[in-house]
Formats: sequence, structure tokens, C-alpha cells
Amino acid sequence: MTDPNTLSPLDLETPDKTFLDANELVINMGPQHPATHGVLRVILRLDGEKVLGLECVIGYLHRGVEKIAENRTYAMFNPYVDRMDYVAAVSNGLGYCEAVEKLLSVEAPPRAQYIRVILTELNRIASHQLWLGTHALDIGAITPLFYTFRDREEILKIFEKYCGARLTTHAFRIGGLQYEAYDGFEKDVKNFVSFVKPKIDEYEELLTTNRIWLERTKNVGVISGKDAIALGVTGPVLRASGVKWDIRKAQPYANYKNFEFEIPTGLNGDTYDRYMVRMIEMRQSLRIIEQAVVGIPEGPIMAKVPKVIKPPVGEVYHSIEAPKGELGYFVVSDGSTQPYRLRVRPPSFVNLQALDIMCRGQLVADVIAVIGTLDIVLGEVDR
Amino acid sequence: MIHAIIDYIQSYLGSDKTPGAAGNIFWMVVYILLVFVGLSVAVIAMNWLERKILAHMQVRLGPMRVGPHGLLQPIADALKLLLKEDIMPAEADKVVFWIAPFIVVLAAFTVFVVVPFGPTHAITDMNIGILFMLGVSSLSVLGIVTAGWASNSHYPLIGALRSSAQMVSYEVAMGLAVVSVILMTSLNDQGVGTLSMIGIVQAQQAQGMWFIFKFFPLGLIGFFIFAIAMVAETNRAPFDLPEAESELTAGFHTEYSGFRWSLFFLAEYSAMIAVSSIAVTLWLGGWLRPFPNLLTGPNWDLIFSLFPGATFVFLGALCFYNAARMPKHPLFRIQTIGLAGFGVVLALIGLVLFAPPVRERIGDIFWFSAKVAAFMYLYIWYRGTFPRYRFDQLMKVGWKVLLPTGLVLLILTATTAFAAPSVQEWLKRVL
Repeated sequence: MTDPNTLSPLDLETPDKTFLDANELVINMGPQHPATHGVLRVILRLDGEKVLGLECVIGYLHRGVEKIAENRTYAMFNPYVDRMDYVAAVSNGLGYCEAVEKLLSVEAPPRAQYIRVILTELNRIASHQLWLGTHALDIGAITPLFYTFRDREEILKIFEKYCGARLTTHAFRIGGLQYEAYDGFEKDVKNFVSFVKPKIDEYEELLTTNRIWLERTKNVGVISGKDAIALGVTGPVLRASGVKWDIRKAQPYANYKNFEFEIPTGLNGDTYDRYMVRMIEMRQSLRIIEQAVVGIPEGPIMAKVPKVIKPPVGEVYHSIEAPKGELGYFVVSDGSTQPYRLRVRPPSFVNLQALDIMCRGQLVADVIAVIGTLDIVLGEVDR
Repeated sequence: MIHAIIDYIQSYLGSDKTPGAAGNIFWMVVYILLVFVGLSVAVIAMNWLERKILAHMQVRLGPMRVGPHGLLQPIADALKLLLKEDIMPAEADKVVFWIAPFIVVLAAFTVFVVVPFGPTHAITDMNIGILFMLGVSSLSVLGIVTAGWASNSHYPLIGALRSSAQMVSYEVAMGLAVVSVILMTSLNDQGVGTLSMIGIVQAQQAQGMWFIFKFFPLGLIGFFIFAIAMVAETNRAPFDLPEAESELTAGFHTEYSGFRWSLFFLAEYSAMIAVSSIAVTLWLGGWLRPFPNLLTGPNWDLIFSLFPGATFVFLGALCFYNAARMPKHPLFRIQTIGLAGFGVVLALIGLVLFAPPVRERIGDIFWFSAKVAAFMYLYIWYRGTFPRYRFDQLMKVGWKVLLPTGLVLLILTATTAFAAPSVQEWLKRVL
């Protein structure tokens, strides 16, 4: 495997005009393309159908979220983070709230912690379901998409009942929860767990042992653990390469240390391993939810946080394990009501760097599979 | 003069040949029109059925708005396509771009000249029927390549290159499977086989066995090779690489829209029907009803001749059942009436098909269409189940699996066909 630090950049500016290089084709994939998951633009350099190299062009969904943060109070900025990784909005909110809580040196009360974990893990399942549906669709299996969306709907219903929103939930507040859990929340979550377990088997039935699926995903987009670490890749992509790194275990946040769960890892770091890692992660999330939902303590849902949040001067980096990898918030406070600087470390953006090294030497069809398996959300890449 | 014309028209009636073979131009034209209309209706029905069946496989409803249960959706779609703006890319090669869809449609429709819907129900019977079918149906690759090239755009070009490679390589395996059937037709007293589509079915009738069961499992293997190759040949899932939506947006027809695009659509579906009819003719006994040799006698003939009518009556009853399940709301009044009316039409057709003179003549066409319809269902089923092959894997399946299997199959079939009579004789002598 090539060292990612020594990869030569794509020389797109000087096309070779010699007869021998006539086979080389530079094509533009995206930003309007059905399989680039939004507005990713990939410039591919092809030899026939073989990928010689590629370059990602991003920024089509740039909204300046980090700059907006500097002009909003801490509480006002909270809903904005939901718009980054919009398929896992709850995780974004958790990361941001915990970062500011760290800055304020407060901790959410236990009841809030439990409900936060339940909602975040539900969101992890929802995010993985969306990933599975679209990934399978990219590889040509159109049916799993509808199955996963059917089941994701049940999670969104719980979110809707809890906070009124389905996608950009804004479920948490700095210091605790936005809302008390509604009546029957526990029952809904328990019902969902028993409902979705056989459904995950159903997805696996369609894909896991499907010959074509195996051929399309085995040894496709391989990345070694060493390269993945060098590129800063995190999340299921890193774990599929055999590196057992999950922030929920490594640097426990919220109250994850109270729950038992496994961290699945892969061996080969190929697309199939990433698929399996995510499938197991869904089951592990269900395991966490099962433990959490029976142990929700009574008590307040908000810590003592002043109405006007004015953190002391200082800076803090806090990261959580979002469905896509390490989601970090670096918040610098100058003592005013607004962050002096807020920097987001989005997992999708960093993971996307690995696309080039994963695709070199593969075919065009594999580029699609690899984009799908990286599970990027362009809202988060561009911010 | 008029008498002469009437005589000419009547002279064909009672003939045991197809109009083409009998040289009767009037009936030839009638048959061509019937096949054309039938095919168009089949493509429209297939459009609706595919969307509904696929939808139900994917836990959704499919078209429900235009007409009861979306029955009028294909018509609405066709209208929309015809009324759309005719877009031709500025950099496209105009003439080639214009001509490409017609090549594809022409190829897809022309093969139906020799498709035998019954012993006399074909436009013509050629002594090289199967060769004609394979040859003409492979012409469609020309249309696809020209479409991709003329678009002057990267994705269509890659789609066209893929499809030409794919169709050419799968035709080889397909041909080998076909040859093994041709060998089987020669197992008669004269030892002479036939390439005529009608002849192949008649050979199955004479040997008392559909070729799928012949020399078990050789016939079955040949059938499987053909069944896989025909999906690849028609660019359908899981071999739909030339139009791989997620990779090449729409492949060779990315730049096509409106009427031109609908021609590709029409061609794709009629090509599916065409290759399915080859498979039915070669392996599944064409127009022969199930068990023509086991369940014989007038009683069985009667029971099997009731099937066409029963099918239509059943479909009509299904419409009534669903009409009764419609919401009882004034807004749904017209839809309910429409669905019930459709049911009445189907049931009436069914009743007409029960009438003795009709049911004796319609049986062939019914069984042929029913077998083809089973293949159409398989196509939809594949699409709902399988992911898409990658290009190199597709080639691997074609050249490294299907082709060697086809070659071995051909040798084994030839050996068996050559040895079978003498082995039988030897057995007779020994026992």
C-alpha cells in the first residue's frame, strides 16, 4: 500500500497529448450525480474504466457554520449543529452541548444522560440504516433502501414525539435536555428494539451472503489500519481496518462507561468489512438502548446553567463517537456570550481524504461503492 | 376483381402454414399488425406490472393516483414523454443521434417476425428462424453504440462501450446453448435437425418432451446458460451496467429524453419479450400446453382449454374484489366504477374465451404468452433482489463460467445424442 503522505497529486492541468495516452480520460463525477450522496464532485482520471487517481472538489454546500458560531450566543448556535450531519443530528447536538458543558464545568444530570444516550444510539441506528439503504442502492440493490427507510421511520416517530422534529431535532440543551421524555417513551423505545431486531436480520438476509454483493464488496476499497490512522480516518471505516478505536470506550463521554457493548472490528479493511462492522454496530446500539431504557433514573433533566451562558476564558476540545466517526468540537471562549472561535472536526470530511487512496487501481463502479461505504454527508463535509 | 380478392383472402383459411410461408400477403399484414399491437399492449402492461410488482416487493404501493390502482399510469407516462421538449445536445452528431433509437427499436421489433405463437400463428416460418432471431436481436447493440457515441458525452460513451462488450460476449454463450438445442431437434428418424422456430417446437412435441428436461440435466444446464445470458443481453439487472444508474447516471441514453428516450424504453421491453420467447420456444415447448403427452385425451384437452377463459375471469374477479375494497367516498366513485368496468371487460373477454370455437384456437397463444409472462416476472424479481455486477466480474461470468460450461454442454449433448440410440439398442439386446 502506498504511503498516503507520498501520493502524487493529480496532474489535471497538463493533459498529455501523445498517442499512447489517448486512453486516459478525465471525467467529472458530480456535483449533480445520483451516487455522490449530495453535491460531492469527484474528478476521475481513468484508463478505460480503471481509476488512475481522483480528486474531490467540495464546498458546494458550504454555509459557513463555523463563522456563524462566532456571531451567535452559545444557546443560539445549538440548532445550527443539527444542520451539519443532518442524518445524525442528535449526535451533533450531543457533541456540541457536551463541549460547552465542559467549558462551563457543568455536567448534565443522570436522567438527562440516560435519555441522551438512548436518543443518540437511536440516531446511530437511523444513520446506519440510511447508509445501508443508499450504499446498497449505489451497488445496484434497490430493495434494501425501502426496507431501511420503513424501519428508520419508527425512529423518526420517536424523535417526533419527543421533540416535534424528525430530522434536525435540536433535542438537547446545554446542561441537559430540551424536553422531558414524553409519557410512554420507554415503552416506545422497547417496542422499537424488539421491532427492529428481526428487521436487521432481514437486511442481512438480502445482502450478507449474496454472491453479487460479496463480489462487489470484498477486496474493494481496501485501506490498511496504518494508512487509516495516518489519514486521520475514524469511525467504522477505521474499525473495519482492524483498529479497535471507539471514543465511547477510549474516552468515555456521557455515561457510556455504564453500559456493556462490544466494539466490532474488521480484518481486511475492505468494503465488506465496513458493511459488517456497521451491521454489528446497529445491534450493539440496540444492546446499549436496552440497558439504558430500563435504567432511566428519576430526577431533574437540567443542570444549573445560567440563563445567559458566559463561559470563562479558555478553550476546550471535546469529541464524541458520531455514527460516522470522531466528531470533535474545539471551542474557544473569550468570556463573552459568543464563542471566539468554534472549529468542528467532522468525521465525513476527514474520512473523505481516504477516497483517493482507496480508489486507485479500482474501477469506476468501485468508486461509487467506496463513496457509499465511507458514509459521507456533504452537509458535514462542507459545513 | 372483388371476388378475386376475397378468394385470395379465403385461400389462406384452413392452411396449415404460416401466412409468410404460404405467401399470403394480406394475412401477413394482418398478423404483423396484430403482433405490433399486441407487443405495444404488452409493453404498456409490463410497464405497469413492473412498477406494481417491484413496489410490492419493496413495501410500497407503486402508482396509485392515475386511474384505479394506477392502471392509467403507463398511458399518462406515454403522453408525458410524447409531449416533452425534443432536446438534442448541441455537440451531438445529429444524424446518428436521430437514427440510433430507431435501429434499436427496429431490431427489437423485427425479431417477432419468426416468433411462433402457435403452429400457424407466426408471421412467417423461416428455415433459419433461430439464426434470424439471434442475428437481428444482436443488431440492437449497434443502436446502443451509436447512441452512446453520437451523444458526444463521457457517460453515454462509457455506457455504450460497456454494452457492446457485454452483449458481444454473452451472445457467444447464448449461441452455444442454442446449438445444443438444435442438436436435440435432430433426434428423429431422418436424423436431421431444424433451425425453424416452429420446427423446434414440433420436435419437442414429436419427442414427447420439452427440451429443458431432455438428457437431464443437460437441457436444464443449457436453459440456465441461456436464461442468464438473456438477462445480460437485454441489459437488465443484475447485468444493467450499460445504464447503471448509480455510476453512469443513465448510461448510453443519458442525453436522450422525451420521445427518443421512450423508443429506447420500448425497445428494451420488447427485447425482453423477444429473448423470453426464444427461451420459451427452445426449452419450454413454445405454444404446447403443460403435459401434452402425459395428460392426453379429450377430457384433459377440455380442462386445459378452459385455462385462458378462467385466467381472464379470475383477473376480472380480482378487479371486482379490489373495487369492493375501494374507500367508500365520493372522491373515489369514478375510480371504483372504472375498476369495476375494467373487471367487466376482463370477465367478458374471459367468457368469450370459454366459447368452444374460440377456446380451441386461442390455447396456443395463451400458453405461449403465459410462459413468456413467467419470464417477465423473473426479470422483475431479479431487479428487486440482486445488486449489480461490476464490469470485470460480468466479463468473468461470461467468458470464464458461461462459455466453458456452454462448450462442455455442447460436447456432452452431441456425445449423448450420438450415443443414445446405440446405447438403447445395446440395452435392449442385453436385457
